[in-house]
Amino acid sequence: MAGQTLYDKLWSQHLVKERDDGTALIYIDRQLLHEVTSPQAFEGLRLAGRKPWRLDANLATPDHNVPTTLAERAEGNTGIKDPVSLIQVQTLDDNCEAFGIEEFRINDARQGIVHVVGPEQGATLPGMTVVCGDSHTATHGAFAALSHGIGTSEVEHVLATQCLLAQKMKNMQVRVEGKLGTGVTAKDIVLAVIGRIGTAGGTGYAIEFAGSAIRELSMEGRMTVCNMAIEAGARVGLIGVDDTTIEYLRNRPFAPSGEQWDAAVANWRNLVSDDDAVFDKVVEIDASEIEPQVSWGTSPEMVTGISGEVPDPAEAPDETVQRSYVRALEYMGLAPKQRITDIRLDKVFIGSCTNGRIEDLREAAKVAKGKKVADSIKLAMVVPGSGLVKRQAEAEGLDKLFLEAGFEWREPGCSMCLAMNADKLEPGEHCASTSNRNFEGRQGYGGRTHLVSPAMAAAAAIAGHFVDVRQFADVAPVQEA
Amino acid sequence: MQKFERHQGLVAPLDRANVDTDLIIPKQFLKSIKRTGFGVNLFDELRYLDEGYPGQDVSKRPLNPGFVLNQDRYQGASILLARRNFGCGSSREHAPWALADFGFRVVIAPSFADIFYNNSFKNGILLITLDEETVDRLFKAVEANEGYSLDIDLEHQRIVTPEGELIEFSVDGFRKHCLLEGLDDIGLTLQDEPAIRSFEQRHREARPWLFRQAP
Ligand code: SF4
Repeated sequence: MAGQTLYDKLWSQHLVKERDDGTALIYIDRQLLHEVTSPQAFEGLRLAGRKPWRLDANLATPDHNVPTTLAERAEGNTGIKDPVSLIQVQTLDDNCEAFGIEEFRINDARQGIVHVVGPEQGATLPGMTVVCGDSHTATHGAFAALSHGIGTSEVEHVLATQCLLAQKMKNMQVRVEGKLGTGVTAKDIVLAVIGRIGTAGGTGYAIEFAGSAIRELSMEGRMTVCNMAIEAGARVGLIGVDDTTIEYLRNRPFAPSGEQWDAAVANWRNLVSDDDAVFDKVVEIDASEIEPQVSWGTSPEMVTGISGEVPDPAEAPDETVQRSYVRALEYMGLAPKQRITDIRLDKVFIGSCTNGRIEDLREAAKVAKGKKVADSIKLAMVVPGSGLVKRQAEAEGLDKLFLEAGFEWREPGCSMCLAMNADKLEPGEHCASTSNRNFEGRQGYGGRTHLVSPAMAAAAAIAGHFVDVRQFADVAPVQEA
Repeated sequence: MQKFERHQGLVAPLDRANVDTDLIIPKQFLKSIKRTGFGVNLFDELRYLDEGYPGQDVSKRPLNPGFVLNQDRYQGASILLARRNFGCGSSREHAPWALADFGFRVVIAPSFADIFYNNSFKNGILLITLDEETVDRLFKAVEANEGYSLDIDLEHQRIVTPEGELIEFSVDGFRKHCLLEGLDDIGLTLQDEPAIRSFEQRHREARPWLFRQAP
């Protein structure tokens, strides 16, 4: 019999019951909660007179709606100007208090974007099942944790039963072999993968990322890759456990310690696909061929290398693609065959659950050091993914370096990734963004998002348009952390 | 979900076909973070003479005296009688939330829109489909007799009228089971509680570090 994939192992380790109709109940070890998708779930529990099944499996923090300027944050929740946002954050506080769920509130140093906070606290561990009412829950797969983004009624279901109704997916392996070029990062890997397989390429699959280029990534880089599995259509992204995983988790607050740590580590070592495991689909990518990536359109698959150009719809492979290209170019205000390096920017956003971790800020800082943001840039902002990321960056002096270069240094939250708080693009503005979605209006009505790595975003801020970060002579290889 | 076995209640007639979910609960109320509290805005545009918005003090709003639910004789109604294609339009689950929050447990009509149908059963509301003629007869009886109430017996799938007439109705077996037992998706899963508990115990023994209390 063929060996098991990592996904198969995690699935069978959590399978409570299979039903006749092909659905299964899987046990959930960790649920992360935030203010947007939890209120109606708590309300549902209350209405039905139910209690959470296991309080200690849950961890909450507000992130989507929190303001990111120092002045607003100094006021705590009352600094949230939009009444609907305020109510959502307050409701999360009230619900966590009433039900007894641990929450990192707005000005707790541990507050931040759920997908940054979970791993940072060691609340995400290898071999866990993790859910959150948010599609980027795939992030946690970097720890060999089976992670699903879920909807509000499922949030309620997990709160009440500690189980999720799920259907087993197929297995896909994306192998990235070889060495990344200088200045090429995890973000470029995942954008290149999405460009290759398309935004529906992973639909119905759990994608395991493997290969030497993935092994060489830090945990931050691996999280960036898994985070965007959903942009390739896959609800689940995974990477097997190795020394990097284990070292990252050592001494994290929620991670086991002492004897239990040793037992856990021994167990975690098995959380890799067996050598003879069979995948339903395998995609191979040569790391050395990946350039720094820039998205030019309104879907993450509309992406190309920095030396490339905007495609000509006339050359599209078929009519459907042609139509989507025409529509995208019109929305983005770009011309066919325009060089990527000729795209001028208005704003720059460095942050989000994709690239708001300490290593991301270090990469951007390396590029920005001693330089100035171009005059034509109206706003360049750096938003740390959590309070602890912010604190660490400040300890390393990164905040000063960004401020001297002309970036704004903000408080942690989702911020301009989805523009639910006051941080938004104006119609027509082009933004170099380290986030994960370039959909129409995602960063503000009429806004034009280009997805890039933190280093590329910083370089674009300085040049005022996209430039090849590899031309910045002092960019050291970014893999060293 | 509240169990539904037998329900006796006052009937309110809403003599309108194609009542859409926007009419049941207008879009400005969807921003809410709750699934309760929609009752005061049920049929907002029909019920009040001014424009409704979230967070208003509804006690100060001018009521439309012509609307059935504002009439004295229908206060406390828990069964809604309506015409064809009730619940069409947007898929908002807020529509059944609003009906339930107002106090309705049953809606009787000649036909219902699909999504609304699913959403209602999920929220413990029994929808009864009767032929046009019977519905028409009920409309006349309700209007002619103040305090007209019906006795709905889900178990035996029949309605008993004050005159002692028995009206049979059909209902999907699975939905009937869920209503009788008070089972929503969560309720169904909780039927497997022993399996979940024993899994949990084995899981905890094999991987105790996954159950560590927060530091
Ligand atoms: S940073 Fe963006 S993608 Fe990530 S959780 Fe927040 S809004 Fe969602």
